[in-house]
Amino acid sequence: MDELKKTETAAPAPETAPQAKPGAIPKKTAAKPAEEKEMLLVTASPHVKSPATVRGIMLDVIIALIPAGFAGIAVFGLMAAVTIAVCVCGCVVAEWIWCKAMKKPMTVGDLSAVVTGLLLAYNLPVGIPPWMCLIGCFVAIIVVKQFFGGIGKNFANPAITARIVLLVSFASAMTNFTAPKAADAVTSATPLAIIGSPADFAAAEALPKLTDMLLGLHAGCIGEVCSAALLLGAVYLLARRVISPVIPLCYVGTVAVFMLLASKFDFTYMLYEILAGGLLLGAFFMATDYTTSPINTLGKAVFGVGCGLLTAVIRLYGSLPEGVSYSILLMNIACPLIEKFTTPAYFGQIKEKRKKKEKGGAAA
Amino acid sequence: MSNLKPDAILRAVSRGRGGVHVPHRKLTAECETVRLPVPEQVVLPMQQHIGAPCVPTVKKGDHVLVGQVIGDSDKFLSVPIHASVSGDVTAVGDVKIANGKMVPAVTIKSDGLMETAEFTPPEVHSVEDLTKAIRASGLVGLGGAGFPSFVKLTLSPDKPIDTLVVNAAECEPYITVDYRECVENSQNIMDSIYTLVDLYKFKQVIIAVEDNKPEAIRILKEIADKDIDHGNTVRLMTLKSRYPQGAEKMMVLSATGRKVPEGKLPADVGCIVMNVASVAFVARYLKTGKPLISRTVTVSGDCIADPKNLRVPIGTSFRTLIDFCGGFTEPPVKILSGGPMMGLAVVDTDAPLLKSNNALLAFGKNSVYAKPASQCIRCGRCHAACPMGLIPTKIEDLALKRDAEALKAAGTMVCMECGSCAYSCPAGKPLVQYMRLAKEVIREANGK
Ligand code: SF4
Ligand code: SF4
Repeated sequence: MDELKKTETAAPAPETAPQAKPGAIPKKTAAKPAEEKEMLLVTASPHVKSPATVRGIMLDVIIALIPAGFAGIAVFGLMAAVTIAVCVCGCVVAEWIWCKAMKKPMTVGDLSAVVTGLLLAYNLPVGIPPWMCLIGCFVAIIVVKQFFGGIGKNFANPAITARIVLLVSFASAMTNFTAPKAADAVTSATPLAIIGSPADFAAAEALPKLTDMLLGLHAGCIGEVCSAALLLGAVYLLARRVISPVIPLCYVGTVAVFMLLASKFDFTYMLYEILAGGLLLGAFFMATDYTTSPINTLGKAVFGVGCGLLTAVIRLYGSLPEGVSYSILLMNIACPLIEKFTTPAYFGQIKEKRKKKEKGGAAA
Repeated sequence: MSNLKPDAILRAVSRGRGGVHVPHRKLTAECETVRLPVPEQVVLPMQQHIGAPCVPTVKKGDHVLVGQVIGDSDKFLSVPIHASVSGDVTAVGDVKIANGKMVPAVTIKSDGLMETAEFTPPEVHSVEDLTKAIRASGLVGLGGAGFPSFVKLTLSPDKPIDTLVVNAAECEPYITVDYRECVENSQNIMDSIYTLVDLYKFKQVIIAVEDNKPEAIRILKEIADKDIDHGNTVRLMTLKSRYPQGAEKMMVLSATGRKVPEGKLPADVGCIVMNVASVAFVARYLKTGKPLISRTVTVSGDCIADPKNLRVPIGTSFRTLIDFCGGFTEPPVKILSGGPMMGLAVVDTDAPLLKSNNALLAFGKNSVYAKPASQCIRCGRCHAACPMGLIPTKIEDLALKRDAEALKAAGTMVCMECGSCAYSCPAGKPLVQYMRLAKEVIREANGK
């Protein structure tokens, strides 16, 4: 704020400092009796603000995530609800404790911790012990978010990083998927594990039907299984203009193209790859995280394509069945670099080369 | 830099060319302009334009007539100031203006007679005649910026001008003076345009108006259609209403597709942009020789009892205007001179109305919405909203680090302080203030 005060010559007012006004204005039709003194608020322009708030945006994300949550509970039973509740409460409490302990302004109200909690839960398998969830919450909120300065300052997506930490620490619990309760499916292997490479695809047995993939009747993490619910939420976010379509389209599009090429244009295979695993959840809800994705549109496109390539490569050639989290994390880290190289030209910008020429010309 | 093009395309596809939708709230659109009764006194600050301040040419006790020059300067970038009422000069000295600063001014106590000096319509046969006359008229851009109009109209041999853009966009909420000008004075607008076309041989004249003013569009369309004998140069252009459509560089781009380069003026791409009220004034002045002594202002806002468009002598105090509009319905919390997006919060209602003030708005506590500022969430809305394609959140960071070089590279200086970024920021950041700080940092570094 010190800095701001120096602008007083340009902006003749320190922010929101009410100024005493000597003398009163005679009021002819004033409802109230004339006061002796009037305080006029003096602030910098603009004097109107859009109704958008951080809390409103987070609320929209939460609304968009609700269908997938219900789908998860419907598919996996009440245990899923417990996991979601533990993660959300864990994150909110972690944020609350941090703000209290560090004597910082309370930021629980912006609801971003709720979003983190939901995303974390959606990335966990059902039946993971609650204490592991709590560790995840701690990592997400305290280590990834608050250590770096809170909302808007973290370099990586908290939910994704927490998931990866859990995956590395508790590999078996994190990959112990249960079969959906609601269906007659018997296998507890995730579709991605079943599909394997394009070569194995034809021979794959016990693969859920494509409609089951859409409805979520297959093994997987709580929030990622029901593609239909995720798409519903995605449409809501796009319609509300909370997210821009660039990242998800580039992400999913790149994966689709890559998979088509790898399978020599087997569309069914491509569809399975898109609907399986955390691709849709990742592309629409996690890769689009404001803080860890580029602001400008070209940067967003590069980011999306990068995520897509990494995911496809990890799925096809890596030793891991799933690559969404890793690819988003990697691209998160690359984000500042992407932004640096994709900074858009501003209005009327004179290109460097021409500038030099002009200068040279002037000197000559 | 081959990556510039695809980004432009992507930007066009995803968000358009920046700008924001601001509620229009043109309460006074249908209020015919009313003449304010002669005020008791006027205060005429010696600087009402961008450029060098004037020096008073009268002293205390002098009797002045309406239209008499009371302040002038021998500097190029300056225009004279005229008495707006007849009466006696009661003071020459510092007064407080709307932003709280003390500036030299001439105070005239009105004798209520409005005796006018002799006006002779200027003889105009060439561009030089016109610019000289316009300087003498004291005209500045009436749209808000207050840039001396004669400078815009001065031709320089290395900058051929082929286009006149008449700016009637009026994209700021509440303000309706340009709209009333179109509706009430279309004859003057037309006459001005023809005079200018004859003198400057423009290839095209584009009248730009936002699509939320159908009546103005109808009238201006008539003007444009009547232009058969002037080689059909006049064209009406309807713009989508989107703030800041009326900004000069935006106007030039929409009207001609030309981009004004950084640090340059519309004249560098062959355009003159004039506010419609200024254009109308030119014809009035050429007919009567009466200099700029009054102007139209919108007095509005939710705690003004009876919002109006007023024709007011320059230098009348804000308080007089407010009183004439029935005073306040509730105690005002914030009073603005100018529109809500770029206007200035008034410190004191005793301040005088300047040539460039197009509105006086008063707001009660229910409509002053202060969003508490919190941390930036990097949502990118400020960048998407910026018509100049800047990244305000990045510039904020750099400004706080006082990194002048990086600020320059980020394009800080092209910011026109339109406020679109701060308007759309969900974190309530005072981004325009940071932009000003950033410019200050650059100026400081340049000064060294
Ligand atoms: S609009 Fe506000 S919150 Fe969003 S990126 Fe810009 S400064 Fe940050
Ligand atoms: S105030 Fe400046 S940075 Fe903000 S939107 Fe307007 S031009 Fe862009």
